[in-house]
Amino acid sequence: MALLDVKNLGISFGGLRAVDSFHIEVEKGQLYGLIGPNGAGKTTVFNMLTGVYQPGDGKITLDGNDITGKRTIDINRAGIARTFQNIRLFKELTVMDNVKVGLHEHYKYSTIAGILRLPSYYKKEKEMNVKALELLKVFDLDKEKDFLASNLPYGKQRKLEIARALATNPKLLLLDEPAAGMNPNETKELMDTIRFVRDEFDMTILLIEHDMKLVAGICEKLTVLNFGQVLAEGNTAEVLQNPQVITAYLGE
Amino acid sequence: MSFISYLINGISLGSLYALIALGYTMVYGIAKMLNFAHGDIIMVGGFSIFIVSTTLGLPPLLGILTAVVICTALGMTIEKIAYKPLRKAASPLAVLITAIGVSYLLQNVALLIFGANTKLFTSVVKVPPVTMGEGQITISGETIATIVVSIIIMICLMLFIKKSKAGQAMLAVSEDKGAAELMGINVNATISLTFAIGSALAAIAGALLCSAYPTLTPYTGAMPGIKAFVAAVFGGIGSIPGAFIGGILLGVIENLSKAYISSQMADAIVFGVLILVLLVKPTGILGKKINEKV
Amino acid sequence: MKIKTNKIKKVSKSSFTIYGMVILAYVIMQILVATGSLSSLMEGLLVPLCIYVILAVSLNLTVGILGELSLGHAGFMCVGAFTGAFFSVATVDLIPIPILRFVIAIILGALAAAVFGIILGIPVLRLRGDYLAIVTLAFGEIIKNFVNVIYIGTDKNGFHFSMKDAVSLKLEEGGKVIINGAQGITGTPNDSTFTAGVIMILIILLIILNLVNSRAGRAIMAIRDNRIAAESIGINITKYKLMAFTISASMAGVAGVLYAHNLSTLTALPKNFGYNMSIMILVFVVLGGIGNIGGSIIAAILLTLLPELLRGLNDYRMLIYAIVLIAMMIFNSSPRAIELRERYSLKRMFAKKTKGEDA
Repeated sequence: MALLDVKNLGISFGGLRAVDSFHIEVEKGQLYGLIGPNGAGKTTVFNMLTGVYQPGDGKITLDGNDITGKRTIDINRAGIARTFQNIRLFKELTVMDNVKVGLHEHYKYSTIAGILRLPSYYKKEKEMNVKALELLKVFDLDKEKDFLASNLPYGKQRKLEIARALATNPKLLLLDEPAAGMNPNETKELMDTIRFVRDEFDMTILLIEHDMKLVAGICEKLTVLNFGQVLAEGNTAEVLQNPQVITAYLGE
Repeated sequence: MSFISYLINGISLGSLYALIALGYTMVYGIAKMLNFAHGDIIMVGGFSIFIVSTTLGLPPLLGILTAVVICTALGMTIEKIAYKPLRKAASPLAVLITAIGVSYLLQNVALLIFGANTKLFTSVVKVPPVTMGEGQITISGETIATIVVSIIIMICLMLFIKKSKAGQAMLAVSEDKGAAELMGINVNATISLTFAIGSALAAIAGALLCSAYPTLTPYTGAMPGIKAFVAAVFGGIGSIPGAFIGGILLGVIENLSKAYISSQMADAIVFGVLILVLLVKPTGILGKKINEKV
Repeated sequence: MKIKTNKIKKVSKSSFTIYGMVILAYVIMQILVATGSLSSLMEGLLVPLCIYVILAVSLNLTVGILGELSLGHAGFMCVGAFTGAFFSVATVDLIPIPILRFVIAIILGALAAAVFGIILGIPVLRLRGDYLAIVTLAFGEIIKNFVNVIYIGTDKNGFHFSMKDAVSLKLEEGGKVIINGAQGITGTPNDSTFTAGVIMILIILLIILNLVNSRAGRAIMAIRDNRIAAESIGINITKYKLMAFTISASMAGVAGVLYAHNLSTLTALPKNFGYNMSIMILVFVVLGGIGNIGGSIIAAILLTLLPELLRGLNDYRMLIYAIVLIAMMIFNSSPRAIELRERYSLKRMFAKKTKGEDA
């Protein structure tokens, strides 16, 4: 059984059918790419998977649990974490605190314990610091841990967003255009990081990307979306050879 | 029959709120700021008429004209000196606090010039009262004038925004300042014009307010200002017909509560209704729903 | 690569600075009072100063830390004031130890304001920005209006309640009216002292600063910075918004209790519990720096003292206050003023010089 199993997913905005009968099966440990021209509905799919939008119809199953139409926070707790196309960091918090917010659900102590500085506060905060630093090291962000997130350079902001998502200990990680705005060197580095995350954390990753080098370089399988519908799916190499896909990207 | 006269008085009060709310909503819609000093500009308008018509004894129409000129100039000056430097400030609260400062300033300047004593204002409305229903209901000239003037102004404003070039520029600036600038619209001039119109409306509102409630103090404009702001939010802030509907509803609810429930609780009831409306329609009666793009 | 390292947060250090500042100010004031070098006017301002500081700091929790605009802070203060005063007047004969009675009054005032915070917060916290501002303003006005029409009295049969007038309470002989409509509450024991005020400031600072630097505080600030991202990593938005709003409200309640016990007669007027008061508190917060707790304290003190210091100028003082307020806002927040300041700041000139020496 696939880790993420989506069947017949659809949504309309007003009269516009933004996504129609979308389906995808992502196996555990896979690095899966969701590609398609601008406006094809890729981010809309992500938004439905994470409960930002309520799907009009269809079914989303994560690791055997039906998560269709659940609230964003419940979906995160069920095991999906994501990054955003337009980076959404907690700008006025430090790099470290951004990751620690991600650890929120996994290292609990009561608000009272926090205010009164009870032993549980010190114990959990210490554990959080260790864990957060560990994650930051993976992304080479440990030296900047006390910077405000907004003061990080662009590439590092994208990395921090991934680190924060991983802090919630997800089963599935959704990356929305992780290489957007990066130069070729940064992109190459990012590819290594994504691969490393998959191997190190035994993670399943579904990503949206326009950079074909990245997609061809790291994704094992692809689904191509065009005008809200699945145009093609399969192994990366095959899909990228598909004449229909090439037409969709380059035009007639 | 008394219900009808309460209702008519409510509509009259509501028209006043609507008139003030139109100014609020225009400034909010275009400059994206709550101009807390708007109510005090009404007060300035009131005092301008008071000086010209009551103290100097000149014709009321001249008084109203003077008030319009003074308030328009004042509104534009305030915008230029106090609000414009903060238009690109990091926090939108900066300009809100400055507006509060301007409100204090206007009140205290008026206090210095005119003192805290209540001035008796001679009505500038020369419309004869109308009697209906075999003499049981009398509608005062002020009431008629307020209702008629607000309706005319609302229609003119809507036409102005829809049909004129300057009005279209206002719409563009309210949507996106940056894009409007790229399209060759003079954003500064447009915002300035908005304040000019809003303040001119405040002057007219001042004339009608002080005629209907013929007392004048430096704080005259504050509470009607807040109520009108509530009315603008009620109707959906940024929307011109919304401000009008919000104003009328507010006036009617306030007057009927005063008549039938409790005069002390009238304000509480008005505000309570506002909260209820916003809970059902979070952006007001005619407000647009704002979706954040993810 | 250019990274602004000067923006590194030094949390614990700044917390201690704030506590130290408050304690130092307290000691200095106590010395001045003891040596009699403080005018009676200034001495009378000590408790109000504590009250304004509490109001400003607690509103900053809503405005700065949670990032929501509230114009109803005076409403919560009003709830706390009337609850506390009601309790003290009702039990003035029952509880002979003033300190105990006062502590209970403070706790009750805080709880009552918190309850109102929850009642208001649950429905309205989903509103955004200016809409939330206007609803909280409306709430404050409703509270102020409401306390002006309630009458509560007590006699040997227990409490009596009316919304008409004191006579409708139908009190037996020997009964007393505690809340008398627009006349409010009279005879509240004068329990508020400067020391009590400072202790409350320290407790409230402790709560806020420790909250901010804890799991819940991070969640609250995460919601402020990016609600959608916070939701996507499993933060319960409603819970933490409500938590911050309620804590803030309860602290305003505490300020209200102190306020009520500093006066012999408590009435709800536009001046003390109206929207103007809420706005004044907001002015403290914005001028002190949104989210800057220490700044709120300083702004509250300076802006409370300013009109008093200008008292010699009589009629002109509020005018000057208004001008100072506008000028300070423009100087502090206008992008151009900030640029000018940075260009001519001493720090910058010094930095240039050392750079020159390096090269």
